[in-house]
Amino acid sequence: GKFGLGRTALPEEIAAWDGDISPNGTGLPVGSGDALVGEEIFADKCASCHGDFAEGIGNWPKLAGGADTLNHDDPLKTVGSYWPYLTTTFDYIKRSMPYGDAGSLPDDEVYAIVAYILYSNDLIEDDFVLSNETFFDVEMPNANGFIVDNRAETEYVQWTGEPCMQDCKDVVEVTMRALVLDVTPDQAGAAEEEVAETTEVEVDEVAIDAIDAELAAAGAKVFKKCKACHQVGDGAKNRTGPILTGIVNGAAGAVDGFRYSKPLTKAAEGGLIWTEAELAAFLAKPKAYLKGTKMSFSGLKKETDQAAIIEYLRSFGS
Amino acid sequence: TADPLITEIQPWAQGFGDGVDAVRYGLPTEHEGDVIRRNVEWLTADTVSSINFTPIHALDGTITPQGCAFERHHSGAIDLKKDDYRLMINGLVDTPLVFSYADLERFPRENHVYFCECAANTGMEWAGAQLNGAQFTHGMIHNMEYTGVPLRTLLEEAGLDTTGDLSGKWVFVEGADASSNGRSIPMEKALDDVLVAFKANGEALRKEHGYPVRLVVPGWEGNMWVKWIRRIEVMDGPVESREETSKYTDTLEDGTSRKWTWEMDAKSVVTSPSPQAPIKHGTGPLVITGLAWSGRGAITRVDVSKDGGKNWETARLAKPGEKMALTRFYLDTDWDGSEMMLQSRAMDDTGYVQPTKTQLREVRGLNSIYHNNCIQTWLVRSNGEAENVEVS
Repeated sequence: GKFGLGRTALPEEIAAWDGDISPNGTGLPVGSGDALVGEEIFADKCASCHGDFAEGIGNWPKLAGGADTLNHDDPLKTVGSYWPYLTTTFDYIKRSMPYGDAGSLPDDEVYAIVAYILYSNDLIEDDFVLSNETFFDVEMPNANGFIVDNRAETEYVQWTGEPCMQDCKDVVEVTMRALVLDVTPDQAGAAEEEVAETTEVEVDEVAIDAIDAELAAAGAKVFKKCKACHQVGDGAKNRTGPILTGIVNGAAGAVDGFRYSKPLTKAAEGGLIWTEAELAAFLAKPKAYLKGTKMSFSGLKKETDQAAIIEYLRSFGS
Repeated sequence: TADPLITEIQPWAQGFGDGVDAVRYGLPTEHEGDVIRRNVEWLTADTVSSINFTPIHALDGTITPQGCAFERHHSGAIDLKKDDYRLMINGLVDTPLVFSYADLERFPRENHVYFCECAANTGMEWAGAQLNGAQFTHGMIHNMEYTGVPLRTLLEEAGLDTTGDLSGKWVFVEGADASSNGRSIPMEKALDDVLVAFKANGEALRKEHGYPVRLVVPGWEGNMWVKWIRRIEVMDGPVESREETSKYTDTLEDGTSRKWTWEMDAKSVVTSPSPQAPIKHGTGPLVITGLAWSGRGAITRVDVSKDGGKNWETARLAKPGEKMALTRFYLDTDWDGSEMMLQSRAMDDTGYVQPTKTQLREVRGLNSIYHNNCIQTWLVRSNGEAENVEVS
């Protein structure tokens, strides 16, 4: 170049970063997966936000449903009802998902997850194997639903020129007021916010079981599955799930400012303590352990994973 | 009666204030503690993929201080050191290149003031008046002076001789964060005024705005201003990424959707008086002020109505409008204490006039979500309090 700045990018560097996939399939890796395999991976890595059936939880994106709603009030825009290109789904999941552990999915798992999302949208049968070969056999319902920006013809022509200045309308009446809805957040300023009193905490000199560093490190890896919803340690905040600092051997439902599900609140009132055994049982299959829990996580099947994550959490105090 | 603040010696007039090193990098005085970014919690599932709002009701002039300029993240504001920063240019170029941060500082650089507006700004107001405050209805915007290298310079450094016909080509840009937030930009824009920026308002970018390097795409929706930019690929066509298909597209009443609606149309809002900035001084002289901007050029005129759009007066621009930058307007008036339905209406140098919400709805319906540049109405009551309303 003119300035001679920078250096040539190496092929392996380009390969590491250049992962985008174009609508014509350029960039699509070799691989395959089906909805049955995808269902398990989805339950494990996606369902905590997107729901077991890709229906979405709370404000997290809904990935399935919404067919033929685009011309209704509040259309439901999902992969099935709205996305024009299936390549976009692969491109996004491969690079940016799972949330909090982006880029960790092998290509076959991405194919399987995409297949499961298609299956949830009734766009493929459960025996359909999605691969780089079969990718374009799938028809996206809204493939022809987009037009290129036409504001110049539909808007600019009619909203250009000298506007009216006097007596532009006969009557002006208020037709809607924001106060009726009252969805504006509280606006306490930083200066007005109460400053929490700091009190000296006496440190118990109780001997704590030594942490198994290796097991805790393994737990840190498993914890990636939880990170989209939970924080732990210094500076942790409640997110979709409560702060987990001090959870091991702590009282259930005790984190300030977190709104627990009714069943968990009830269990907490009943004196539930998160002993290692209780935590392991909960983590193995949350919905079986506590029917109605808000925690939408399919569970940690492996006992080694349960033990590792508990050790990891224990390293933040117990 | 005499004012004791004048007749009695006050502590600040007697003793000392802070020494020069009391604060090595200053925050605003605590008395301005309510001039802060605010979030609307119910909008999003989690603050790491969310947006907050600039307190435009409390600012004046046009430059947004970085510390209160709105943030939008798709997977959180990442911590990326200059030493760890790499920018790759690849794809249909003569030589794919990698630049370090230090490399970028050796290219000739430029300074420009531009606004950055999220396409979803005012998006919650499509179906009706919803949020009570200019910060919430119009605060997904900031305006800064950027220092950076034209993207054209970097593309030419990699070489476009082998690219072929440039008019049909695109660049795909992505960030270093987990979301990557990839977007496709047509080559014509990439070679026109896009900046690879590393300073804003004279100092390094803030972490939440893409430190150490972000893209600046003048006049175009904020989502394209990729933060922590790490890769620019010259391509034959658009990637049609998640952010340019499933998001940031505008669904019309018949169910079809517009895509590639990149330019932010002319828009304005009265920032004071407004719901968060009521009139507290009673009748008499009143400064009505606000902001106007256009992604298609410079603001040439702003009209203000006190009666909900029946009659209009032309406001005074603080200085002539600049292309793709915020313009401050003032209407210096005398308030008799009667109720006002305050509106502002911007015009840009293409001759475009900011539309009413009714006009927008007639073309687009109610499900557009993005790119709502309607005329805003504040109902100012005789006690000086203001409310977000819609009028006939």
